[in-house]
Amino acid sequence: MNEEPVRIGVFICHCGTNIGGFVDVPAVVEYAKTLPGVVFATNNLYTCAEDGLASIRDAIKEHRLNRVVVASCTPRTHAPLFQGVCEEAGLNKYLFTFVNLREHCSWVHMKEKEKATQKAKDLVRAGVARVRLLQPQEEARIDVEPKALVIGGGISGMVAALSIAQQGFPVYLVEKESEFGGFVRNLNNLYLGGKDAMETIKPLIDKVMANANIIKCLNSRLVSVEGFIGNYNIVIDANGKEIKDKVGVIVVATGAIEYIPEGLYGYDLYENVVTLTEFEILCKKKALPKINSIAFIQCVGSRGQDKSYCSRICCNVAIKNALNVVENYQDMLGLGTGEIVEKVPVEMKAPEEILERRRRRRGRRERGEEEEEAPSPTTGKIEVTIFNRDIMAYGVEHELNYNRSREKHVRYVRYTPENRPKVYKEGDKLVIDYWHDTLKMQRKMTVDMIVLSTPLVNNPDAKELSKMLKVPLGQDGFFLEAHVKLRPVDFATDGIFVCGTAKGPADITECVFQAQAAASRATIPLARGFVQTEALTARVNPTLCTGCGTCIEVCPYKAIQKNKDGVAEVIVAACKGCGCCGATCPEGAIDLSHYTDMQLIAEAKAALQEVIE
Amino acid sequence: MTTPVGAVMVVGGGISGVQAALDLADSGFKVYLVEKKPSIGGTMAQLDKTFPTNDCSMCILAPKLVAAGRHHNIELICNADVEMIDGVPGDFRVTLKKRTLRVDEKKCTGCGVCAEKCPVETYDEYNEKMKKRKAIYIMYPQAVPLVYSIDKNVCIGCGVCAEECRAKAVVYDKSDDALEISVGSIILSPGFEEFDATLKKEYGYGVYKNVVTSIEFERMLSASGPYLGTVMRPSDGEIPKKIAFVQCVGSRDETVGRTYCSSVCCMYAIKEAIIAGEHSENLESHIFFMDIRAVGKEFEDYRERAENEYGIKIHRAARVASIEEDPVTKNLIVRYSENGNTISEEFDLVVLSVGLTPCNDAEKLSKRLNFKLNKHGFCETDTYNPLSTSRPGIFVSGSFVSPKDIPTTVAEASGAAAKAASLISSARNTLVTVKEYPPEIDVTGQEPRIGVFVCHCGINIGGVVKVPSIVEYARTLPGVVYAEDNLYTCSSDTQERIKEKIKEHRLNRVVVASCTPRTHEPLFQNTIREAGLNPYLFEMANIRDQCSWIHMHEPEKATKKSMDLVRMAVAKVRLAEPLKKFKLPVNQTAVVIGGGLAGMTAALEIAAQGFNVHLIEKTDRLGGSLAKLQLPEGGKKPQAFIDEMIRKIMESKNITVHLNTEVTDVTGFVGNFKVKTKDSEIEAGAIIIATGAEEYKPMEYLYGQDDRVMTQVELEKKLADGKFTAKKIAMIQCVGSRNEEVKYCSRICCAHAIKNAIEIKKRSPATEVYILHKDIRTYGFREELYKEASSLGVNFVRFSEKTSPTVEKDGNALVVRVMDQTLGEEIALKLDCVVLSTGIRPNPDNEKIAKMVKVPLSKDGYFLEAHMKLRPVDFATEGVFLAGLAHWPKFIDETIAQACGAAARAMTILSKKELETEGIIAAVNEYVCDGCGICEPVCEYKAIQIVKDPSNPEKLRAVVNEGLCKGCGACVAACPSGAMEQKGFKTVQMIAMIDAALSGGD
Amino acid sequence: MSDFEPKILGFLCNWCSYAGADLAGVSRYQYPPNIRIVRVMCSTRVSPHIILEVFKAGADGVMVGGCHIGDCHYITGNYYTERRVKLTKELLALAGIEPDRLRLEWVSASEGEKFANVVADFVKQIKEIGPSPIKNNQEMMTRLSAAIQAAKIFRVKLVSGKELKLTTEGNVYGEKIDQERMDAILKSVAQAEFKRSLILELTKQKALSVKELADAIGETPDTILDHIVVLRSKNLIALSGIEGSSPKYKAILVGGV
Repeated sequence: MNEEPVRIGVFICHCGTNIGGFVDVPAVVEYAKTLPGVVFATNNLYTCAEDGLASIRDAIKEHRLNRVVVASCTPRTHAPLFQGVCEEAGLNKYLFTFVNLREHCSWVHMKEKEKATQKAKDLVRAGVARVRLLQPQEEARIDVEPKALVIGGGISGMVAALSIAQQGFPVYLVEKESEFGGFVRNLNNLYLGGKDAMETIKPLIDKVMANANIIKCLNSRLVSVEGFIGNYNIVIDANGKEIKDKVGVIVVATGAIEYIPEGLYGYDLYENVVTLTEFEILCKKKALPKINSIAFIQCVGSRGQDKSYCSRICCNVAIKNALNVVENYQDMLGLGTGEIVEKVPVEMKAPEEILERRRRRRGRRERGEEEEEAPSPTTGKIEVTIFNRDIMAYGVEHELNYNRSREKHVRYVRYTPENRPKVYKEGDKLVIDYWHDTLKMQRKMTVDMIVLSTPLVNNPDAKELSKMLKVPLGQDGFFLEAHVKLRPVDFATDGIFVCGTAKGPADITECVFQAQAAASRATIPLARGFVQTEALTARVNPTLCTGCGTCIEVCPYKAIQKNKDGVAEVIVAACKGCGCCGATCPEGAIDLSHYTDMQLIAEAKAALQEVIE
Repeated sequence: MTTPVGAVMVVGGGISGVQAALDLADSGFKVYLVEKKPSIGGTMAQLDKTFPTNDCSMCILAPKLVAAGRHHNIELICNADVEMIDGVPGDFRVTLKKRTLRVDEKKCTGCGVCAEKCPVETYDEYNEKMKKRKAIYIMYPQAVPLVYSIDKNVCIGCGVCAEECRAKAVVYDKSDDALEISVGSIILSPGFEEFDATLKKEYGYGVYKNVVTSIEFERMLSASGPYLGTVMRPSDGEIPKKIAFVQCVGSRDETVGRTYCSSVCCMYAIKEAIIAGEHSENLESHIFFMDIRAVGKEFEDYRERAENEYGIKIHRAARVASIEEDPVTKNLIVRYSENGNTISEEFDLVVLSVGLTPCNDAEKLSKRLNFKLNKHGFCETDTYNPLSTSRPGIFVSGSFVSPKDIPTTVAEASGAAAKAASLISSARNTLVTVKEYPPEIDVTGQEPRIGVFVCHCGINIGGVVKVPSIVEYARTLPGVVYAEDNLYTCSSDTQERIKEKIKEHRLNRVVVASCTPRTHEPLFQNTIREAGLNPYLFEMANIRDQCSWIHMHEPEKATKKSMDLVRMAVAKVRLAEPLKKFKLPVNQTAVVIGGGLAGMTAALEIAAQGFNVHLIEKTDRLGGSLAKLQLPEGGKKPQAFIDEMIRKIMESKNITVHLNTEVTDVTGFVGNFKVKTKDSEIEAGAIIIATGAEEYKPMEYLYGQDDRVMTQVELEKKLADGKFTAKKIAMIQCVGSRNEEVKYCSRICCAHAIKNAIEIKKRSPATEVYILHKDIRTYGFREELYKEASSLGVNFVRFSEKTSPTVEKDGNALVVRVMDQTLGEEIALKLDCVVLSTGIRPNPDNEKIAKMVKVPLSKDGYFLEAHMKLRPVDFATEGVFLAGLAHWPKFIDETIAQACGAAARAMTILSKKELETEGIIAAVNEYVCDGCGICEPVCEYKAIQIVKDPSNPEKLRAVVNEGLCKGCGACVAACPSGAMEQKGFKTVQMIAMIDAALSGGD
Repeated sequence: MSDFEPKILGFLCNWCSYAGADLAGVSRYQYPPNIRIVRVMCSTRVSPHIILEVFKAGADGVMVGGCHIGDCHYITGNYYTERRVKLTKELLALAGIEPDRLRLEWVSASEGEKFANVVADFVKQIKEIGPSPIKNNQEMMTRLSAAIQAAKIFRVKLVSGKELKLTTEGNVYGEKIDQERMDAILKSVAQAEFKRSLILELTKQKALSVKELADAIGETPDTILDHIVVLRSKNLIALSGIEGSSPKYKAILVGGV
């Protein structure tokens, strides 16, 4: 591109005495003048000060410089400044190189002036060697389609969709069920305040339904996605009819489901053994059986029993339910019709089934085929025990609940994974046989009902979706964010975000945080209307590439794809210029602009004394 | 029996299976060729050269493999095992298991990029582990079918092959398939395995790097082998100056349970020594023989040339005891005994001539298919049914029967084909497909409208040559109206595309620039024919094998060269003319000349397939030489067998026997011969020559002067009549063979003599029997006879090539003096009987017959087949075939097998109502031809005759018999007046091409 | 050899280790002035052949600095860095250069002191090992050039590029290859290609026999012959003639490299 002979200007900064005090700056200047391609070299007291900047500007004009080296502090803070100056003077800012004489030299070799000076010369020589090979680079802008796609219509999905919509962007909200609400629709009441679950989310659903910016797709699923940030072409199967459109960003909020404890604690053997969620449903339907005692067993199938992780919410949910039982057991009986469920059958734990059976019995009774039996009064007080490994009632509120439950005589029995409680039946009584860790003895307890607190597990659809979107799943099958600490709702792939239980167990509050976070992250490109591509991106030499596809595997941003000729092609908008593909490419067909093999090797060689020109 | 299934399953894709398959497919049967490896070719594909002609093995094999691969009646089922068979002869149901290749055979184009990119290297079995291959591979470059397969054992599953495959042919999770096929009969030709030399610990194979097996040595010799033809020591890549060939490794050796002789090792060792000599001058080769068993046609000459021309040192009766390595030089010290003393000698390289053992799955096959194996583990057959297994409907050929060389194998394969065919001949043509083409478009007078299709061949071409620019360039060439590029021009979707384009652009000429016409031309010719164009309006530019592959590192030059090649092809195709293939009617009758065992067998086979045969015998009775044998052979008196055959012949309504008849003249050509005898003229489509041979009538050794001196045949008569009483006898071998005047070995005398010796010993153990010999040549399982004789106390006395025994009268006694080579001293034997093992001599009539049918004789006076290796029963003259002693001395079973083979070959013609001639043939411009006749002798195929010009009797001129011309063009080059032209390669066309090559290129 | 001042080159990633080096400066942690730093955006960009080139240019030591595992600014970049460095050490060893001359360090932006200490320690370590053996040693140069070639060969780069996937996610058959086997595979591939590259380097100037090559490379003749067979089939080396009983081979330059 840039044919005329290189004319390099070198500007060496005293940085007051920061550099000048330990490095013989004039000597370095003199040395710089001797380097091939250098037509101008000078020193400034502060190159970053206005007069310093001016000297660069003038020199570029006066000496027709087409390359600039500034030797001063660190590029990480000052490069933009000097690059700006170059641009003002009409020089592409990538024809500039920074040499770090302060942090990497004067400040760290204060006691060895000569050596520091020598090192400074070496560094300048390396910088000059590098700048000589630099080429102008351009940053491209790629327009962003100002629309969003939210996958999953649970709390997280709705919140995310709503807050994007409220900022004025159209959003597709895709839910596979026939109504919004997701997992919460199973729940009875919510801890911390004990509000009824549906009541709590009703307003949210109403808002969603009311918002014109939200395109509601129920009984729908995402069929295909392709493209990159700002330009995702999506196909939705919306309740049978196909929608094709383009969106700028995608939010994944596919949620989670409950772990089914097959083969654990007699779940599939005995009546009245249910999971936590099933228990919620029974409560909600007022379909609790008549019981005098109930036990919760925590960490069923989690924390190493099957899944490795802690499901985070179960302790608090169990405590909540314990309190519910103790405080409002009576209200959760009688199916609202005054008749009491005998037992929760094993074969089908889904409440609808239970109700059906009840209805049939009522029918028979009304027809006199079966005689009326009065609802036997249950003893006012119910024994509640929670078998646990640790009670994870984190935060202020939960701990208070925990205490309150203890006040209400909920018993907490701790077990260790080495000896878990055993559940079996004696006569028609459920027995929990357990090791009492504090008493150090084996105990037995008969109970009327057992609730198994099982963890949230990844939504079965997650795998397919992760393939479709090219975003990763973690070991336990939940979606894996770009950075566990600092990018909790981003994916490595630009323009795709994640929130809610799709990325791991979380309670409603947390889901809402995440959803809003994801929404605000997602709206950045939408609001900006374009994405600025990196100038420093991988470049494929199509004649060398044979299409082995290794680069596609190693690219963390899925920024490489094969074109119709079967050779690799960089999606500039998605490339971040890490260079992993370049170093990997078995054909040596990929190079990283501005950090080419040639440039790096030249710089490195120059830094060592043996300059091989 | 209800009508049988008109299909045959052939198990084993070696030369035997391929030959059988081709013969059957050409005779109107559907063939399933089942091979356990991913590609066909068998052991022959591994060989470098073949004895005794030193032909390149692959060069003669590859065309047959391609033919089998492309034949529309042959379905290759590779990488498959036979699981189960049920049903009855004529209607078998076979279950096959096709092991997955993990590559889609329909999609794979064999371009090879996958293998190039595969990171996993492993040792290459085809090259006997002296070379590397990848985890995804083909067995060898010429492999048929050309489909890559993944070796799951070494594959690391990195996935790169799937990524690189533009044809998307790699399917990692492809599973095995179970197939079921129905066939009428089955031929087994699974071949053999080389003996595992590690079992001979004392030879240090596998321990000493410079001790290699003969098959490894073949690969070393091969130009396509690991060392590209330079013989080198595996230990250090040095060129050996002194090589030892150790014979009978795993043969004739009880210690390893291999008591039989492997029949071929003597000859291949000699061959390998000769070739090695040609590869590196002043190489010193030693061969350590027990006996040199050079029993085949021209074998003795070959052996002699080895000794005299190539100076190969031959050690006879020398068993190698042990081999040790010099740890420093890696040289090998060979200890052997010769003439009674033990010698140690140092060599640079030792080649172990490993024997042939039954193929690995012989056991499995015999169980699954329920037929018997013999004590050696080979397939059991009997003397009079050499091609039948113990299970009816299942036939066998090749080295699965017994160790044997290629020609015998090929003849047998054809023989088995005949057997398999006669069982189901009523179903002929029921399952074969006949291709229907649309009427041909007449392009005469049309301006050339040429379409050019340039192939990327994945990245094989596209990765080097700039294909789009070739297309651009092609468009600029005169006559080209359309050009495009294809990822794979050979893929089936592209075929459809080519047809569309021909219609769309009214193309009347097509050029494909891709790989080699040798493999792909028929495919494209078929395609344009389907689009209504004459297949000869086509030309190929070979821009892969002869450009991109060899100029990988110079893309610019390669691109320019490709343009030149395309320009040449276009220049030629512009002048291309449609060529006609003529149909010649076939007279579906055969003539068999000679009524001996071979003639009768051939006649019966053809008759059994429902065609008429005329059997012409000059004497007054059928039976030939076999009738002279008196003692049982293979548990049956030969005469009994002959009578049985004669009965069948008389019963057969298809066979007309002409006794006391000689052929007086033969005219015509394939499909339309006229065979004249004194009283009739027979019209026939094919002729089989089975004129037999004669026994040598000795004059030496007092024969005729003393009636205690007799021939083996006479001895046999005496024994049969119970008139033999001698108490001390000697048999003298090689009487009238292997001497100055008759160099060759008569093949059968050793076994014959030993058979009689055993008979004598059995009758009176007290009788002393001496057999005086040069070598005992009881090859194959006949080695058993040798053993038995020795154990019965028959004394074997070896005399040297040079000396020979003397017989004289001492008073009343017969005294035989002989130089005993082993003792190194002369011994004298007083005897009361001397039996001469007399050799076999060609039939004196051969000359006459050869002239009549225009076929050659070998210098020994036997008929000379078209090709020693692969056409053992054919003649270069089409339609004439050969069987029995007329070809070479041989045993009963060999004769029967060969006669069946000749019948099968004849059937490939007789089974057709008409033959199609070649399109590319010579044509005479009668105005220019002055009948000088130079062309006539030049023609290999006797296709040219000089005749009087009907219009002008003074004028002679050449006429080309289109039925016989094979289009080689020899006559064209020879013609001084330029009257001869070769269609499809006319001078103008060649010149145009050459001009194009030299012109432009700018 | 106290007066020996090692020349050390550092490749530091922009986001962690380079920032760490800056922090060392800002906090004035002193360290010996032997290191010269080249900034890259991510340590994953530093290909093995680049490192080897630096050694060829005379470096006594090379340090590669990246973010701590899991903190990579480019998410997974440093996982690959780790494996590239492993491969490079393999090749260094083959070339006869102490693998310890190459050092991989994870330094975060907040670890200024660690950076200073690491450099000090590395300089000390290199001083102990001594000057780079390649200095005015033609043979070592040739071996190093061979290593550089090997580092660019498709097979080598492919296998090392696939390593992470094959050992963690599994291969096309869904089988995970355990790290030990993977290391063995990579090692053998690297060795084979190094030997072959070395054969080509050695036969560039003059034709050599298998025996001569075996002596020069320190390998048994039969394995050398194996490599020759492969190189000939790839058309990279040719039989140039036969002296006595020794075939001599010469690299085909247009084909080679």
